[in-house]
Amino acid sequence: MHYLTSKEVQFLELKANQIRQSIIEMLVVAGSGHTAGPLGMADILTLLYFKVLQHDPKNPNWSERDRLILSNGHICPVFPIEELLTLRKFGSRLQGHPHRTALPGLETSSGPLGSGLSQAVGMALAERIDNPYSSKYIYCLTGDGELNEGQIWEAALQAGKEKLHNLIVIVDRNGIQIDGYTKDIMPLEPLAAKFEAFNFDVQEVDGHNIRAINDAIGKAQAVYSQPSLIIAHTIASKGVDVFERDFRWHGNPPGKGPEDRIPKDKQAAVALEKLRTLAGIIAKEDIS
Amino acid sequence: MLAPHLDKAFDTADMQKVPSRNGYGEGLVEAGKRDKNIVALAADLTESTRTLPFAEAFPDRFVQVGITEQNMASVASGMAAMGKVPFIASYAMFSPGRNWEQIRTTIAYNQSNVKIIGAHAGVSVGPDGATHQAIEDIALMRVVPNMVVIAPADVHEARKATLAAAKYDGPVYIRVGRSNTPVVTTAESPFEIGKAEVMYTKTADSDTSVGIVVTGTLLFNALKAAQALEAAGIGATVLHMPTIKPLDTKALLALAEKHTGLVTVEEHQRAGGLGGAVTEYLSEVSPIKIVRVGVDDQFGQSGEPEELIEHYGMGVDAIVAAAKKAI
Repeated sequence: MHYLTSKEVQFLELKANQIRQSIIEMLVVAGSGHTAGPLGMADILTLLYFKVLQHDPKNPNWSERDRLILSNGHICPVFPIEELLTLRKFGSRLQGHPHRTALPGLETSSGPLGSGLSQAVGMALAERIDNPYSSKYIYCLTGDGELNEGQIWEAALQAGKEKLHNLIVIVDRNGIQIDGYTKDIMPLEPLAAKFEAFNFDVQEVDGHNIRAINDAIGKAQAVYSQPSLIIAHTIASKGVDVFERDFRWHGNPPGKGPEDRIPKDKQAAVALEKLRTLAGIIAKEDIS
Repeated sequence: MLAPHLDKAFDTADMQKVPSRNGYGEGLVEAGKRDKNIVALAADLTESTRTLPFAEAFPDRFVQVGITEQNMASVASGMAAMGKVPFIASYAMFSPGRNWEQIRTTIAYNQSNVKIIGAHAGVSVGPDGATHQAIEDIALMRVVPNMVVIAPADVHEARKATLAAAKYDGPVYIRVGRSNTPVVTTAESPFEIGKAEVMYTKTADSDTSVGIVVTGTLLFNALKAAQALEAAGIGATVLHMPTIKPLDTKALLALAEKHTGLVTVEEHQRAGGLGGAVTEYLSEVSPIKIVRVGVDDQFGQSGEPEELIEHYGMGVDAIVAAAKKAI
């Protein structure tokens, strides 16, 4: 487990804030895409890519890397990569939902929900066949609405059966899906008890508290006889308070979102302004 | 004239009848011995899909996924991403029937090196009835980019197709049957992915002649139909096409140029399978009359394999009648 100093936490918070600003800029140029999920998952993805994952950006096919499966592929704008402004455009390597063979560093194509956990289970199984003492981890990010899919529970049965200690699932528990709030569309609670019943080690964590997420991942890595699952409680559209918690931002970019609070033509500018203000506050935090 | 490499016991009392799925079982163990990266997955149908010999020979490389066909397809994709060569087997009705989208997205779109075995394909499943008789699977797999589609003629060809799939880098679908079907080819008969083979060469000197294109275990019926046509003075050639995709267009074009009309024969819906593939291709490059033999937009039912083949119009007489219509 990697211990985070206060300075590192501040660095990661600022990085996540920059990524959120990029997400807004990309989505405006793309003219379509998902806002709520990427903003909500920015802290977790930043922590994973900058501190947790054993990977080498210069050599994305390094065989000893950890694997990260983005089962909820629609949150792909959160990926901190180049060419951001070509997202969703013709000929781009950045497809509306991620396409593996188009983009180095991407472990799989995703988008149709519910199949990522099975793929992660397959990776964890394959790794165990080759090296039972491997310290490589397979991380799988899923949405919460995605947990409606039956295939998730097929994969959960398999992961529990196989006692895949090298599998760490992180659920983006933001409480929204396209048609509304998850509690109305298809209630999931008691979610932790469900996965415990499938023989997972389950933790719940504030999905915006970078130190807490880091600690939870560290604990998950130390579980030896079960797969792990971390329910990360996140706020949809985190960082832009006027968009936060509103399911109508699930699949709309700034400029095309609900206009009862901010008119369409001001949505992108307001979002960027809010994020820059937050960045200023983080930067001034006394970390001595 | 029958191709010289075919089994000499053809249509005699000595002719063997064996399920083509047995060839998968044999080929998988052989491939497993050659390549330690080969793994096999089964969804509670280990014995009947003939995955069991592999599971017993290589228990550490066998994954039992229970009755989770959708999960099985994506688990295999994940294993392939780590360098494994997974073979997944279930009944064709459930894989690729139930898990088509997982195959499309997590296997084909990823260009995953996964081999999909659809066992119990066709109405010849028999007594289990329509729910278990996959007669749409060729169509389902043929339209998916990157996917190779193979329907072996018998146990020998199923073994060779399994070995070839193990060596081929990319997704492959192989359909095999449940019931005992004639062993027509031999261990020496040629097999190559993407290559069609003339199994009966026309000898009758007639004004009009028919080319019969066949895939899968109906090869025997197609050969018998050719013999009957030739006995009636109608020249007939049988082009066996175990690989439906990629289509051997060169062989098809040659066949079309030398015959008055064509017949396609498959244990599948008349729509979307081999007949569809042949018609699509030839209509663009060399239009010719084509009559498609197969199930005519219906579901199957319970019965004995041979009576079902007859009932749904895929018996020898039906192929002969179709040939006469084609010329």
